Amino acid sequence: MKARTLGRHFRESFKSIGRNGWMTFASVSAVTVTLLLVGVFVVIMMNLNKVADDLEKDVEIKVMVELTADEAARAILQEEITNISGVAEILYSPKEDELNDLVMDFGEDLRLFEQENPLHNVFYAKAVNPQETEAVALAIDELDNTFEVKYGKGKIEKLFSFLNTSRNVGIVLIIALLFTAMFLISNTIRITIVARRRDIEIMKLVGATNWFIRIPFILEGIWLGILGAIIPITLVTFLYYKIYHMLSPKLEQGNLFELLEFSPFIYQVNALILLMAVFIGIWGSFMSVRKFLKV
Amino acid sequence: MIEMINVYKKYPNGIVAANGINVEIEQGEFLYVVGPSGAGKSTFIKMMYREERPTSGDIIINGTNLAKLKASRVPYLRRQIGVVFQDFKLLPKLNVYENVAYALEVIEETPTVIRTKVMEVLELVGLKHKARMFPTELSGGEQQRVSIARSIVNTPKLVIADEPTGNLDPETSWEIMNIFEEINARGTTIIMATHNREIVNTIKHRVIAIEGGLITRDEARGDYGYEG
Repeated sequence: MKARTLGRHFRESFKSIGRNGWMTFASVSAVTVTLLLVGVFVVIMMNLNKVADDLEKDVEIKVMVELTADEAARAILQEEITNISGVAEILYSPKEDELNDLVMDFGEDLRLFEQENPLHNVFYAKAVNPQETEAVALAIDELDNTFEVKYGKGKIEKLFSFLNTSRNVGIVLIIALLFTAMFLISNTIRITIVARRRDIEIMKLVGATNWFIRIPFILEGIWLGILGAIIPITLVTFLYYKIYHMLSPKLEQGNLFELLEFSPFIYQVNALILLMAVFIGIWGSFMSVRKFLKV
Repeated sequence: MIEMINVYKKYPNGIVAANGINVEIEQGEFLYVVGPSGAGKSTFIKMMYREERPTSGDIIINGTNLAKLKASRVPYLRRQIGVVFQDFKLLPKLNVYENVAYALEVIEETPTVIRTKVMEVLELVGLKHKARMFPTELSGGEQQRVSIARSIVNTPKLVIADEPTGNLDPETSWEIMNIFEEINARGTTIIMATHNREIVNTIKHRVIAIEGGLITRDEARGDYGYEG
């Protein structure tokens, strides 16, 4: 193909957008609705996933050291815990620190106990895979010089099953959304096909090759996709900006979880939307032209 | 130039539209194809630009056997043949100029050549002043003239017309015929399927009649021959 023919295809595709008035509008609307759903949904899903990860990472195992254990025994215990496969990190907190934490939480009255501290020295351990916390905790419990091993038995199982369920629900919703999108777009394609059928037949009768017919349509599809991406990208960016700046300060105080940082997250989402727009455009044009190229 | 040898065409629904057609057409001829509806006229015409393929037999145009032509080569065949239809077959979203230019864009002509040639043929069919108008803004006769302009813009040796005056009033039909006469006078072969008795009987040319998928008559300066 000659360069000027490619130039001709570009001009032709732009012209067609203008001249196909309401059909352009219909396709762009379908793409807009689809991408808006996808965009909003991706933002929500990614943030929920982040929250789930944060919650999981907070799960830790509290290992209380036997009161009789001396410093050497404690060092051995630390060594042994570290060596258990599946332990990500371990933190030592002497009983004085433990008491300070209690004083902070429950008041100065507890300072009385500074004379005769009844608390245990403690190790805080985390599992590499939070879902294996129980197994790791049991392994630690087997070791010598442990007084008690706590990991929120019962509570974390519920948390994990909740998080797993919500992830599965997310996947199901994504699939449902993709089907909706396919339906919307293929419906629009069906409308355009009727209009294009005759055009393509005529082009073939005049001696156009398949690619000569196809390329302007595909280019047009790309422009329609990009046009359809404008509103979703603007809206998702704007809304996330607002929500992020509204919620983040509050969430930081709670310290439980945070939203994904505005940048680069929202730019990644925008890139995804744009990519999908172009893909939908190409795929849609290809499908709508394919059927009639055999004249 | 065109030769059909034992051409046989049976459609999937069992209808036999060509039942052993043999014909030879010389370069520069003007040929009317007449016959009752459903007798195989359209099939005869359509096989020449490979919209239909013969079930058996050979169709040779300028040395190319259409019966053996690969699908991917069909566009290149059609560039050597101008085709005019009863329903004009113009692209509705393109204006007059662009419709004619399309036939040249397809063969990747330079913009300068396209402009010159398109204006030339529009002048020939008398529509230079309506170049920027869209098909829907034109009368039937004008649309047909655009379609003729498109069919000859890349100077094919052969123009095929399938009932080109079928949708036009008598006066307009004569105008269209004058254009075809002029194209033929330049040495272009013209094959025209028609139901128009007056035209066939007035502007005398070779006539072949097709009935039941067979050529039943072939006369050098024939009549329409059917009772209206």
